[in-house]
Amino acid sequence: MAKYPTEQLKCWKKAKELREQYYINFAKAHEKGGLRWSGSAWALDAIPAGLGNDVYSLTGEPYGATIAVDRKFNKECQDAAESYGYARDMCAYMRTYWGSIILNKYPFGGEFPKPDFNFQTQICCSHSKWYQAAAKLEDNTPTFFIDVSVGAYQDLTTERLDFVTNQGLEACEWLEKTTGRKFNDELFIEAVKNEMRSTSLWAAICAENKAKPAPLDEKTMYSLYVLATLSKSSKWCADFYQECLDEVKDRVARGIAAVPNERCRVMSDTQPPWGFLKVFRYLEEYGAVSIGSLYTFGLEGIWETKPDGTWGPRTLPWEKGIEMNTREEVMRLYCDWNLSKPQWQHFYDPRIKTEMMKTIIKEWGVDGVMLHLNRGCEGLSIGIMENRLGLAASGVPVMTFEGNMGDEREFDLGRTQSRVDSFMETLNLKRDTAHA
Amino acid sequence: MITAGIDMGSRTVKVVFLEELKVDGAPQLKWGVKGKHIMFPDELDADEAADKAFDDALKEAGITRDQVKNVVATGAGRKQVKFATSDVTEVGAGARGAVFMCPTAKTVVDVGAEEGRGVKANAEGKVVDFAGNEKCAAGAGAFAESMSRALQLSLKEFGEASLRSDKTIPMNAQCTVFAESEVVSLIHSSTPKEDIAKAVLDAVASRVCAMVRRVGIEEDVILIGGMVHNPGFIQSLKGALGVDKVLLPDMPEYISALGAALIAAENNA
Repeated sequence: MAKYPTEQLKCWKKAKELREQYYINFAKAHEKGGLRWSGSAWALDAIPAGLGNDVYSLTGEPYGATIAVDRKFNKECQDAAESYGYARDMCAYMRTYWGSIILNKYPFGGEFPKPDFNFQTQICCSHSKWYQAAAKLEDNTPTFFIDVSVGAYQDLTTERLDFVTNQGLEACEWLEKTTGRKFNDELFIEAVKNEMRSTSLWAAICAENKAKPAPLDEKTMYSLYVLATLSKSSKWCADFYQECLDEVKDRVARGIAAVPNERCRVMSDTQPPWGFLKVFRYLEEYGAVSIGSLYTFGLEGIWETKPDGTWGPRTLPWEKGIEMNTREEVMRLYCDWNLSKPQWQHFYDPRIKTEMMKTIIKEWGVDGVMLHLNRGCEGLSIGIMENRLGLAASGVPVMTFEGNMGDEREFDLGRTQSRVDSFMETLNLKRDTAHA
Repeated sequence: MITAGIDMGSRTVKVVFLEELKVDGAPQLKWGVKGKHIMFPDELDADEAADKAFDDALKEAGITRDQVKNVVATGAGRKQVKFATSDVTEVGAGARGAVFMCPTAKTVVDVGAEEGRGVKANAEGKVVDFAGNEKCAAGAGAFAESMSRALQLSLKEFGEASLRSDKTIPMNAQCTVFAESEVVSLIHSSTPKEDIAKAVLDAVASRVCAMVRRVGIEEDVILIGGMVHNPGFIQSLKGALGVDKVLLPDMPEYISALGAALIAAENNA
């Protein structure tokens, strides 16, 4: 029962190509004398960009998610990590990453391409251990950590910002010493600007989904937001998001829907069980579109509250006339920018997340929330039941389902679909397909 | 008009027929139960089981298939009921049937063989919120059944035995496998069976209660599903929920089938 016209997103194919090229570039970096580094999707990747244009990263979480879709190899990685002695209840991405090192196997072909250094931030409880252990598995890869856990952005003080900024400045010196390369401030500043563009543009893309019908569904958004998790400080990423924003705006103007039978809007939370994204297609049988989530919007998107009180992309510093000339002033702006990341705030207080979720519910017209109690990620699941209580108390229908973003042994598709059935009933929705 | 609800559970198939009533002076009485039937499918496959249970139920009620206007299926195997006109989840059907039987009920606790859940329902029996166990059987009837076997007691004896105990033995198990180990340890340490039975039922009630708390405990509380027949569990549940009273409907195993039959009637209205 299509209500709206739909068409495939034109830039989707390009997003896939960019993603694949990213992994190939990392593997082949040494062939042209380039450098490889590894760290999380939240690493301050504009800093290593100061080492040159031939420096390539491998971000751990998207790497884990990529492997999760390849269920056979994912299982091999999980088994390898567990056989090595790592417990099954640890971060699923982390275990997959370690498993890939232990097996010495890269899903894009060949051996696992060991990084020249690890460059990591720490806010999640697993992040530091992840690369500490990885460094050991890789025969003591040099590793640098930046502690960004200085409290919620709403409570940011000069001293807290100094604490992070000074670590960033120290990192520049460490990188020079470790790699023997001169740190180039111009490249660093350009990368910071790219990252600010990428993350603000991604927020702008997500904001377009306030439109009804939604121009994007969350399953498609996963193929787009991933680029920021790979290389948010690269020009190609920022340029792609500009192209994507233009296309999404055009879809909104023409009333193009992601889900042609949209009659209900839900949002999710935390990483999905990557091997089972068909759950989102199952929702569509009810005419329900998942318009995104705090996770999809705020893992990499940088937002601000606009003068009219609504949520929108954070204004770029140079649009406000702020100078970005020296390493010191740019590092400070860069750290401030990252500390405002929505998905970092709940580590300090789940109520901040609940309020952000309520903002999305109100502004994106969300009818119900599906919380993934993700056993694979303690960091993003922390406080999730407090979020549930907070949302339920404000009258929002909420369902929960258990699973794991990267370990299929902890996800039950049939039972989850059954739970979706019950939730859809509470939202007064019936499936469009004939009764089977 | 006659409608039917069929509940394809994991152990049994239940069928309820509803008949439209016209009671002078009591317009609130719109529907009455025309017949009910329960079947243990044994080795029948799901399709055959649904057909046989329905045919047997028709025979018992003295009606024919043509007289039944609408059939709504529910339960874990609801998609297997090929002759159903539509289906409804066990969550929706259970709440609808529970509130029909006990109109003051606001919190529905449903503990069947496979699953335990808490449901918050409105005055019409519509689900407002729900929570249930997913991968853990410790909050489900099958766990109590398995533990009664370990104690070599029938389910009836198991429930009654627990009422004779006033001991509280904490069972930390979050999982039936570990719980069973604890039960074995208790047996080896010569703990009286009634104390073990109470410990097990307290543990089940505690797991169920954790789920009910997610949706909020608002009185009246009603218990549906097979565990209604277990007086020891009812006692444990009251304690865990902190309520003096738990409503127990007549024909508790049929509540979901009844709910489905009510939805069938509404669909036809």
